[in-house]
Amino acid sequence: MKQIYRTAIVVLALVFAPLSFADNYKVDVKGAHAFIQFKIKHLGYSWLTGRFNTFDGQFSYDEKKPSAAKVTIDIDTASIDSNHAERDKHLRGKDFLNVSKFPKATFVSTSFKNLDGGKAELKGELTLHGVTKMITIDVDHVGHGKDPWGGYRRGLAGTTTLKLKDFGIDYNLGPASTEVELSFGIEGIRQ
Amino acid sequence: MPINNRPTHWGWLAVLMHWSTALCVFGLFTLGLWMTGLDYYSPWYKQGPWIHKSIGVLLLLLTLLRLFMRLSLKAPLPLESHKSGERMAAKATHMLLYALILIIIMSGYLISTADGRSIEVFSWFSVPATITITGIQGEAQEELAGSLHWYSACILMGLVGLHILGALKHHIVDKDTTLLRMLRPYANKVIRKSQLK
Repeated sequence: MKQIYRTAIVVLALVFAPLSFADNYKVDVKGAHAFIQFKIKHLGYSWLTGRFNTFDGQFSYDEKKPSAAKVTIDIDTASIDSNHAERDKHLRGKDFLNVSKFPKATFVSTSFKNLDGGKAELKGELTLHGVTKMITIDVDHVGHGKDPWGGYRRGLAGTTTLKLKDFGIDYNLGPASTEVELSFGIEGIRQ
Repeated sequence: MPINNRPTHWGWLAVLMHWSTALCVFGLFTLGLWMTGLDYYSPWYKQGPWIHKSIGVLLLLLTLLRLFMRLSLKAPLPLESHKSGERMAAKATHMLLYALILIIIMSGYLISTADGRSIEVFSWFSVPATITITGIQGEAQEELAGSLHWYSACILMGLVGLHILGALKHHIVDKDTTLLRMLRPYANKVIRKSQLK
């Protein structure tokens, strides 16, 4: 009897799985077709850009029901890379990300709204430096379709601006450098 | 004024190098602590680390020279009044002091060269990056080297404290010439009154 129940559950799961998980995408971090970058003004004279090398994420997107889209991203804060070891060390330290205390930054979406011209507005909670705040990300639908290796991919690009102080990072970099621009480009492979 | 060590005293070269090392070690530790807490707009924000690294590299050269001299030339004999336990403790401390200085400088070097950049020693010359270790378990080289640099520096300062206490003990309690030998190289034979009895 138990065996029958088990089989029934597995069969039902298999039958309904495509309906509920049809448009789940796993971010292609393995092939590094995903990037999380930041830029901040240096003294107000130039842009300094860097990135996070280690992160993971997934999103779901249904063209018939875009508002149900969900995005979650986990970032390993210690993977910050600004192409300068001493600076990266400083950024990982207590003055900035304090990665030993806050090794992860996460984004969990709460709403998704398609706008005109292939744009969208993604809202969600960003947890960074132990502080969780609602942020709004401007999204671009970059493209989607079959890839040459039998898969299906979809790419999103997004940008948002954060005030460092809002996340409890208050090391003084000067009046021109209080905000950091976060941008990401993520390509998901449909599961 | 003998330049070389004699069985009874240190030559002035050894004395000079000893006190230069002492100055460098205290200076580097203080500067290191201070500069890592500096405001971004401080004029020392770039100058501090530049001096710290430059002196660090020079101290490495000095320490290698000292080690070479210590191992190839004879150090003065311990005073006869030193007990065998004291001699062993002193020797162990001295070896550890050398080892820690080398570890601290090498780990500092590995922080600054982790991304392949070289270290500029004042404006005289640069030391290129050589070893770049891929991070262990996701920890970047500069982080691992940074922890090693900091903890070894703390241990070194503790050991320096012990070294100083030892010297003071010889000077004040034992009233022997252990410390004076390191201060007055020109005196061919420093003998304190207490030793004449």
